Amino acid sequence: MSDIRQTAAQMAAALAAGEVTSVQLTQAALDRIAAVDGQVHAFLHVDAAGALEQAAASDARRAGGTALSPLDGVPIAVKDALTTTGMPTTCGSKILEGWVPPYDATVVRRLREAGLPILGKTNMDEFAMGSSTEHSAYGPTRNPWDLDRIPGGSGGGSAAAVAAYEAPLAIGTDTGGSIRQPGAVTGTVGVKPTYGGVSRYGLVALANSLDQAGPVTRTVLDSAMLHDVIGGHDPLDSTSIDQEWPSFADAAREGAGGDLSGVKVGVITELSGEGWQPGVMTRFQESVDLMVKAGAEVVEVSCPSFVHAMAAYYLILPAEASSNLAKFDAMRYGLRVWPEGDAPSAEEVMRATRDAGFGDEVKRRIILGTYALSSGYYDAYYGQAQKVRTLISRDFEAAFEQVDVLVSPTAPTTAFKLGEKLDDPLAMYLNDLATIPANLAGVPGISLPNGLAAEDGLPSGLQILAPALADDRLYRIGAALETLHEREWGGPLLAQAPALVEQTEGETR
Amino acid sequence: MPDSAARVEITRDEVAHLAMLARIDLSDAELDHLAPQLTVILESVASIQGVAGDDVPPTSHALPLTNVFRNDVVTPGLTPEQALSGAPEVEQQRFSVPRILGDEQ
Repeated sequence: MSDIRQTAAQMAAALAAGEVTSVQLTQAALDRIAAVDGQVHAFLHVDAAGALEQAAASDARRAGGTALSPLDGVPIAVKDALTTTGMPTTCGSKILEGWVPPYDATVVRRLREAGLPILGKTNMDEFAMGSSTEHSAYGPTRNPWDLDRIPGGSGGGSAAAVAAYEAPLAIGTDTGGSIRQPGAVTGTVGVKPTYGGVSRYGLVALANSLDQAGPVTRTVLDSAMLHDVIGGHDPLDSTSIDQEWPSFADAAREGAGGDLSGVKVGVITELSGEGWQPGVMTRFQESVDLMVKAGAEVVEVSCPSFVHAMAAYYLILPAEASSNLAKFDAMRYGLRVWPEGDAPSAEEVMRATRDAGFGDEVKRRIILGTYALSSGYYDAYYGQAQKVRTLISRDFEAAFEQVDVLVSPTAPTTAFKLGEKLDDPLAMYLNDLATIPANLAGVPGISLPNGLAAEDGLPSGLQILAPALADDRLYRIGAALETLHEREWGGPLLAQAPALVEQTEGETR
Repeated sequence: MPDSAARVEITRDEVAHLAMLARIDLSDAELDHLAPQLTVILESVASIQGVAGDDVPPTSHALPLTNVFRNDVVTPGLTPEQALSGAPEVEQQRFSVPRILGDEQ
């Protein structure tokens, strides 16, 4: 018997016990996608036949007494920023519409090698530029808690798929918060690993020095199990960390008792105050109190350079993005648009293609990046931003001399209405205020469901940050806090989400 | 704040120039739309000037990197068919591209 509301760990246990088949789990997920994705629009592409074939192969393995990994047979959704053979990879952009890559990203290859059937590709802001998924060229994803609101971004598709029970697991990518902020506003769990902890090979680069793929799930243990599958050294990524990692699933299981004795927690002074929704802050303070009750020692820690993180980020990211996106030139793959006129040149074709293929936000950031890198401005903007990056890393170092982990709300507000900030880029950028410092310093972070804000009844998130390489702390402490929360809530936060109306085939919204 | 308080602005002409450098054929309407938005963003990020002194080294990568070499052995790559599979146009097992020289060249 398959139940789409089970956690991935429960599904894995049921598979191991022979109580359910991977085909049943995968079919149940596909049925749910068919029933609700017309409203949610978490997926850009669903590969029902491929997923069922992989599921049948998994069942055959299990019947033969072998499994490739604990998650063998548990279906998963993958953000459309990672290359996949046999499935299109568009990055939410018209410039890559219909492109089927000739190779798998390392993360995708590892999913296949671990036996996870891939359900399809999830929606995202074009080239991961955005905090609401509204910048997808294929239309926005909607928040399962309230279909008139944003699911966060850029990985709103992955977060919404998991929150709407369309998939037990998903892969996201996080350059400035694109895993964690969607997690916060959809009441799900999202992890940005240490930079270099998960291979970037086949992850279409937004900003190479900041990008990191990671788990998107409903529980901390599920994220840990998925991290164990996708993480580890990859010779195909020159920035991949060459070391052995501990079992994150073990760390999550250790923490699940809910005991935080001896854990030193720092609350970041700079991530509160004006612009922070009162209901989000109230829930955050309650969680801090909960940690104290469970034995944690909590102190306030100042990270004075964090106030400059957003400015540094919106110089470094556009600079790297403008360079990375130069490869979309209409010559080797992707869109080619011929401008009017006789025999246009390659350069004219390039310009016409990039105008037609890129959306507003991508154009804004490419222009901004081109500006920041141009001679005369380089030292004043990009050079300064790189120095601020050093200051932010120093703040983290000083903080982690005093405490084991840092905490803050994941995002300043709950989910806003679709369209509300679409034409105000700066207001949109402020959503990533709390998540950006981790990317600039390369440290790992997790966002956990943190209760509903009183004023709107929507989910808020709590972020835990650990020193580089100490991802296991996120899982140990995250699992403990999850246990404490669920005792208070009487179950997972997602159980409080309004049920989506399932639609049968042929119905339209 | 030192010089950073000076007003920053990206003019419509500058946006047009940057768009040319970035090989994006922006329409007049897009230029009208983008220039003021970029000015607002730039005003915001300009606060970064003067934050870090000369003694602060820049960071280009979060974690220290050393150069990485791989063993000099042949590994399988893409076949020509795979490499060309996404091409807008293919001719004689090659990428076919628009003319690359101008009329005057």
